[in-house]
Order: sequence, then C-alpha cells, then structure tokens
Amino acid sequence: MAFELTPERLAIFQDLLPRYPTKRALTIPLLHLCQEQEGWVSPEVVEFVAKRLEISTADVQGVVTFYTLFQQKKTGRNVIWVCRTLSCELMGARGITHALEKKLGCHVGETTKDGEFTLLEAECLAACGQAPMLQLNDEYHENLTPEQLDGLLEGARRKRDERVKAGFSPVSIRSRKES
Amino acid sequence: MAAENPNILTKNYGVSESWKIENYERQGGYQSLRKALEMGPEKIRDEVKAANIRGRGGAGFPAGVKWSFLKPNPEKPTYIAVNADEGEPGTFKDRTLMEKDPHRCIEGFIIAAYALDVHTVFCYVRGELVLAIRRLEQAVREARAKGYLGETVLGRPFKLDIVIHPGAGAYICGEETSLLNSLEGLRGEPRLKPPFPAVVGAFGAPTIVNNLETLATVPSVIEFGGDSFSKMSRLHHLKDGGVRLYGVSGHVKRPGVYEAPVGITLNELIFDYAGGVRGDRKIKAIVPGGSSTPIVRPEDKVSAADEKHILHPWHGKSHLDVPMGVDTMRALGTMLGTCCAIVMDDTTSMVRVAENLMLFYAHESCGQCTPCREGCSWMARLCRKFAAGTATMNDLEVLNDVANNIMGNTICALGDGAAMPMLGILKLFRHEFEAAVREGRAPKEIAA
Repeated sequence: MAFELTPERLAIFQDLLPRYPTKRALTIPLLHLCQEQEGWVSPEVVEFVAKRLEISTADVQGVVTFYTLFQQKKTGRNVIWVCRTLSCELMGARGITHALEKKLGCHVGETTKDGEFTLLEAECLAACGQAPMLQLNDEYHENLTPEQLDGLLEGARRKRDERVKAGFSPVSIRSRKES
Repeated sequence: MAAENPNILTKNYGVSESWKIENYERQGGYQSLRKALEMGPEKIRDEVKAANIRGRGGAGFPAGVKWSFLKPNPEKPTYIAVNADEGEPGTFKDRTLMEKDPHRCIEGFIIAAYALDVHTVFCYVRGELVLAIRRLEQAVREARAKGYLGETVLGRPFKLDIVIHPGAGAYICGEETSLLNSLEGLRGEPRLKPPFPAVVGAFGAPTIVNNLETLATVPSVIEFGGDSFSKMSRLHHLKDGGVRLYGVSGHVKRPGVYEAPVGITLNELIFDYAGGVRGDRKIKAIVPGGSSTPIVRPEDKVSAADEKHILHPWHGKSHLDVPMGVDTMRALGTMLGTCCAIVMDDTTSMVRVAENLMLFYAHESCGQCTPCREGCSWMARLCRKFAAGTATMNDLEVLNDVANNIMGNTICALGDGAAMPMLGILKLFRHEFEAAVREGRAPKEIAA
C-alpha cells in the first residue's frame, strides 16, 4: 500500500517547504518525519519521498543508505544505541553492551525475539563527560552502571504502549508533540 | 591553583529552565542584539574581528577573517550555515549550549546574519541530539513571537528566518562542504575546494559556515567589545582571543564541560577543573582536542631553545604545561581541535585505544576517496589483529605505511584525522604493539 503522512506530519512538512530554496533539501527532514511514523524507511517511504520532492528513488535510496539513523529494515519497538567510542569504552561501555546482550538474549545488531528491543552500537554521541551512556529511542541515559539497565528496560516497555497509541514509532527522532 | 571560571558563555547554565526566553531575557539576553542593531553591520564585523575568535569547531580559523572572505553574488542570496554536527569523539561542548542556552545561540545567529546581510540561517544539528533540536526549535518560535526574527528584526526592515536542520548520523557532515551537500539533500560527501563556501556554498550561493560555539560567542563580543573580549584570553598576543568551552572526559574525577580563558594548560584543565585523575593514578596519554588530534604525554618536554620559537617560554616544561591555543598546540605537533580532551590513566592499553579509534574512522569514512575508504578499514583490521594477538612485526610496518599513504591524499581532512592519531600512537607507544606481537596477546580490556 502506498505510504502517506498523517495530516499532522504533512502540515509540518508543508511548513518547512517554503523555508528552503529547493525541494530536495527536504530529503532528510522528510525522511525523519516518515520514519517517525513508519518506524523504518520502507520501499513505500522511498517512493513517497521521491514523488514529493520530485527526485528519483535512487537519489532517496542513496541518502537513506548513507546515514546511520535511517533504518533500512524494521526494528524492535524500542531501539537502544550504546555509545562505543573512546571516552565511553574507557569508562566501561563494553560492560554495558555485554550486560544488555545477556539481558536481551541478542547480540549487537539484532532484535529480541519478542520484537521489543533492537540493540545497536553508536559512534560518539557527544556525551563523553557522562560516559558510559546509551540512547534509548530519543532519550539519553548517562553515567550508566550495569545495575541500572533492568529499570531502564522496564521503563521502556511501559512507555512503549503509550507511544504507539499516540501514533509514534519507537525510533521517533523529532517527536514534536512530546516537546 | 583554583579553577578560574569567567562565567560568560555558561552564565545561564545553572538558571532554572534556562532555555526559556523569559529566563534568558531576565539574565540580560537579547540586549546584545539591540546594541548590535545600533552599531550597524560594519561595526559588528570589526568587533568580531578584534575579538580574535578562532573557530571553535576544530580548524581554528579566525572567525572575523572568515567573514571578510564572503563574496556576495548579486544573483544569489547569502547564507549562514551553522555547524552543530558535533561528532568528533571526545567532544560534547556544543550540545550543552544548545540544550542549556539555546537563545544565546539564536541571538548569535541573528547578530551574525545582520552583520553579513543574510536572511536565512540554516543550523545543521546532529540528528541524534533530539533534545538540542527541540530546544533550538522552541527558541526560534519564541524569538519569532517576540519580533527578534521573522518579517522584521525588532521592527527594522530586515527579514530573517532561522531553520533548524537535522542531520541523520554521519560524522563526515561536520566537514563544512559535506555539511552543505547534506543540507541540500545529498549524501554527505565533501566537495573539492576551491571554490570555498564563502564564494559557492549552500545551494550554489555564498555561505559562511561557522561552528555553533563560535556564533554563540558573538553576543558576548558585542556585550564586552571585541578587544576587551579578546584580552580575556591568555593568548591574546597570539591573536587567539576570549573565553571558550573546554571538555574533559575519560579517567578524571570530574569529567564535564568547563568555561575558561583561552590558553589554560592541560594540567590546569585536568587537575584544577576536572579534579585530577581517578584514584590519583598517573596519566599515560591525553587526546587533547578530539580524536583526530595526536596524543600527548606528560613526560614529554618542550624543546624550543630558540628565543623566537613560539613555545620558547615553555622550553623544558612538560607538554601539559603549554597553554592550549590554536598555534601553541600546532607547534607542539598536535592540534587544539575542539578543545575537548580525553584523559587516559596508566592502566590504559594503547593498542585497544587505537583499535577503538580506527573502528570509528572505518565506520565514518564517507567512501569517496580510495586512500581513506580503504585505508581506514585497513588500519582498523590491522589494529584488530594487534588486539587479538595475531599480528606480526611486518603488520607494524604495514600499519605505518597505510597511515602515511592516507595523509594528504584525500579531498577532506577525515583521512588525515584518522592517520594522524594512528601515527601519533605508533610513534609514542610502538612498544605496546611490539609486545602484542611478542606475547601473542594484548590486554583484554582497554583500561582497568
């Protein structure tokens, strides 16, 4: 089925459009809006963005594959990014990742069997002074210890239903409604 | 010595709900904008030049001089692109400005736009920094409602829009031409220079690309006056002016972002500001200004017997006693970079550090230039071998060769940014790589 933005998100897009000199400049903002709704960048999303911005699907796909935040396959209902770069590793990021792998029963890059969590590693998330840290959906959790992880995962499960009910995907980047 | 806090850039950090416009204004916010509008564009540009702000993004180019390179094109508009794609490992200062004092950023953008006759400012923020994006967007809405931007600026016939543009996760987009391509909706691959952005930038139009902290400094330049602001620095005589944000992370007791005059030393940053090394251990190495800057060690002494040498006043002292400035750090063989240091104590394995960093660059190389695309992955694979204990002595030579063959052979500085720290680590800690070969293993953990 063809992808369409909800009227509310379409309005955000239409508000942005005249503020840029070209339509194409909206590629990343529009992909974020679509992913926020759909949870990932499906082939239908690529078609939609290409049509809206009057560029080829190849151009859109080129952008999607270049940037880490665009999910090219379906993710779990919650996405965890553990920062693995130097300051975080120095302060115990590996311990956090291993603890999560054990708790979730999946490796980095995988989604739990129940589809609840996708576990990923991120490159430097600009929180080096609060290492180790992770990003859970769009929230930062800093100065972590492995002991905090259970509470974090539990909180995510609780929040998930509310999010989905409100029309958001777990990977929402620009959840304006929540600001 | 007690840590000196100028409390200029960070003066609102402790204010409750500092990101709201009413709180910003209560602290004197937007008064610099009013003053700037009275001064007029030319005088603003003069003050910024006199302030000797060396670009806070890493390259350290004087902001006022950069502004003077702008070549308006009668057929095109002129743009400002704010670089808030903070992603250099170890760097986390711009994020604090965006989250804790977004209106200071917006006020800086408006003053800069007025000074350069720019009617659209694009602020490119890392897509991961969701809170920063929300706060900046909220700040733009509030400033518009107050009449600080929009159809007029404080009633003056000057139309201005500020667009907060999200990135989507690509370190390379912090490189200015890559940022421009990304802003245009393309893959974030750097462009060949020249033409420089000040002549052909975003959407083919002349564009000034400034780091976010650089522009967030502008309201203070207007408040204090360029020369007075510059003199707050200990390196005013080297035209490296003002105060700036320092970051410190890794094995210190109080990691974080601190404001200080330009030109404090690494020793001051680590001991006076960050409380010293955890467990009072010894420092093994420091990445002084983001991961691309070659490491320094406390035991290395400045060798500058020649009185004309820029480092002569610190001849014979530790590298950690040299004031951190753009030119002083360059003279030391490293770079000031983003002014955010990563401290590693004596339990750290430099083989593991190299592995960590090279994996970063292998992931972040945009793939456009062969030496970087192949070289960064190659260096990462070799570092993995050393870490796994399967490397040979010949691999050490190959690693050195690969790094040297990236240097200077690529369109942008990412390749150099990967090769320089690799070569720096190999030069100072070659023995750890040799030990990994001899013993057939490297330390399992990066640090205790």
